[in-house]
Amino acid sequence: MDFSLTEEQQLLQDSINQFIEREYTFDDRKKYLDSEKGFNDENWKTFGSLGWLGMPFSEVDGGYNGGPVDVMVIMENLGKGLIVEPYVPSILLSGKILADLGSDDQKSNYLHPMISGEKIITFAYIEPQSRFNLSDCLTKSTVSDDGFVLDGYKALVHNASASDTLIVSARTSGNQCDEKGISLFLVDANAKGVSLRNYSTIDGGKASELTLENVTVPKDSLLGVMDEGFSTIDNAIDLATLGICAEAVGIMGKMNEMTLEYTKTREQFEQKLSQFQALQHRMVDNFMHYEQSKSLLVMCAAKMNDNTEDKKKALASLKYQIGLSGKHIGEESIQLHGGMGVTDEMHIGHYFKRLTTIRTLYGNSDYHLSNYASL
Amino acid sequence: MNLSFSKEDQEFQQEVRSFIEQNYPSEIKEKQDQGIPLSKEDTVKWHKILNDKGWLAVNWPEELGGTGWTITQKHIFQNELAAANTPTLMPFGVNMCGPVIYTFGSDEQKEFHLPKILNGDIWWCQGYSEPGSGSDLASLKTKAEKKGDVYVVNGAKTWTTLAQHADWIFCLVRTDGSGKKQEGISFLLIDMKTPGVEVKPIITIDGTHEVNMVYFDNVEVPVTNLVGEEGFGWSIAKFLLAHERTGIAGIPSLKRELDRLRDITTQIQVGEGSLKDDAMFMSKLDRLEIKLTAAEYTELRTLAAMSAGGHPGPESSILKILGTDLQQELSDLFVEAVGYYAHPFMTEEDLASNESRIGPDFAAPVMPHYLNYRKVSIYGGSNEIQRNVIAKAVLGL
Repeated sequence: MDFSLTEEQQLLQDSINQFIEREYTFDDRKKYLDSEKGFNDENWKTFGSLGWLGMPFSEVDGGYNGGPVDVMVIMENLGKGLIVEPYVPSILLSGKILADLGSDDQKSNYLHPMISGEKIITFAYIEPQSRFNLSDCLTKSTVSDDGFVLDGYKALVHNASASDTLIVSARTSGNQCDEKGISLFLVDANAKGVSLRNYSTIDGGKASELTLENVTVPKDSLLGVMDEGFSTIDNAIDLATLGICAEAVGIMGKMNEMTLEYTKTREQFEQKLSQFQALQHRMVDNFMHYEQSKSLLVMCAAKMNDNTEDKKKALASLKYQIGLSGKHIGEESIQLHGGMGVTDEMHIGHYFKRLTTIRTLYGNSDYHLSNYASL
Repeated sequence: MNLSFSKEDQEFQQEVRSFIEQNYPSEIKEKQDQGIPLSKEDTVKWHKILNDKGWLAVNWPEELGGTGWTITQKHIFQNELAAANTPTLMPFGVNMCGPVIYTFGSDEQKEFHLPKILNGDIWWCQGYSEPGSGSDLASLKTKAEKKGDVYVVNGAKTWTTLAQHADWIFCLVRTDGSGKKQEGISFLLIDMKTPGVEVKPIITIDGTHEVNMVYFDNVEVPVTNLVGEEGFGWSIAKFLLAHERTGIAGIPSLKRELDRLRDITTQIQVGEGSLKDDAMFMSKLDRLEIKLTAAEYTELRTLAAMSAGGHPGPESSILKILGTDLQQELSDLFVEAVGYYAHPFMTEEDLASNESRIGPDFAAPVMPHYLNYRKVSIYGGSNEIQRNVIAKAVLGL
């Protein structure tokens, strides 16, 4: 057993940390958030030129043959910087779907420009009633003379307003919650009948509610085989789940650091907060939560290519733990910052908000615990 | 990063498994599986079997009888022993006194003690805590005064585990009361047969005799039994505590016990079904299992870091807390699982007798175990002390 990172992975880690130090101060970040897109195009191109966007893809697809451990390294370090560029929706979700299902043409038209940073593609699959069930899909697609016609509604589509293309899941046969009968389509963001209601999310991101009304897409917009999209969605969500868990571990590590720092400077009753034993023990518990999360993250990254049951069990354990530890560390960090912890001015609250949305994303602790029980 | 077992590791696992199958005495296995307390002879027998194979002092340097195994091999070995439910060996000789002697002891001490620790001829116990010194170990008062070629020892030690079976005791004693309290402590090896040593049982809330008071009344100990320099005892104690805490997590046994509880849930009737149908209970079991997996990988990460960087550090405090938390939570879930049949009071004699037990066989040891395991968050440096250690040494507070 070997827990160490390769030299390349350490270099990757260093280069992300350097980028954050140079280009991603909190003031910079605030500017990116306030822009219309909600992130910075230049940063995204930098990610492309540094090879981060192509990391999870094979060389044949124009990528760098990275595995789950590389994704973990990238996301954990992006988490430390609280990066808002759309790595998860575009690379880990849409990119993974395109790599798994795309034809040569689809790959060269969509995946390759996405890897180089020219195109942003998001994935629209959540529906108001679906909660965390990936097979609950009411959006419909019917065959027409020209291709397909899509009708329906998708919720919380991350970075849709900045996307050139959307990948949309739609039911082509079966009942509302059947796994079989879900297909995946490439939809031009400007196609007739596509309307977006854009909003900011509480963690500093951008998302949209998407309405599809009689949207006609050509025949070659179908990804993979008709009715057989479910397992691809499931695999992409698995990879994205690993990604946001790594992000959460990065965030939790950073929050613990910031809290320690704060309690070492803040004084009450003529002594530093860090000298109160009641507070020390709480910070130790935060530290232990971090260590347990990190351990399951590492285990899960190592098991992503194992058989389905082992991988699913590892993911369920990890996301359950992240939900638990994310709540613990998040809330305790705010408490230990006292009144300052609830001000917009302090960085801690921004980390807290992202960590809190991650707890729900791709299934909360209860959902993953019940997945675990069913395995 | 690669966490899977290599082909060599898999072969090693097979080798360990067949060794246990062929050499684990069936009469001991039967006792273990039925929760019957083992005698000293049972434990020593298994100790000797492992030693004959060269698999006892797993962590010792190879030239002194250690195995030279990788962390993966050690992990596999501990898991296989636990899965087969082999006896827990007393840590006081092999894991504690042994490493102290080969690290700090004189050639004479090494020559005399190390072979006897390995072959199980000497049963060790640990003389640390005192009636007035619990978590504040350095405040200990047992005095050793040098008079010619002996130390004269006076005082009392408490919570001494299985001292009633012990041949020797390693003690922290005060050789100097003048300076800082940590500085006047020395590490002394004492033969329990020396005149003036008296052992008195302490009966714990589970009704068992596991721990003792050990009194020293003008006990004369040769000065050659001092380990290291006079006043060096506290450094040895710290070295030893770090060693003690890594194994203390008991992860492999926790895995076996959790699997056993899962199995028991199918045997406990609830209405027309079994406890396995109780989603609330099973959910607690699942939560515990995930926590256990997290602790297991935390231990592996710690061991990997150790094998790269030397001795276990304050990280072992994390494992002590995680492991003992799990042990207590699991012991509570067992009690919850068996319901009313946790209430009959089973003494050690009852458990060992041939008479049929009240309620299901698996229910009888559950409550004594739960009660007994309140100790785990208190011993080896209470979990509050461990948090102090982490706060200071890891978080820099």
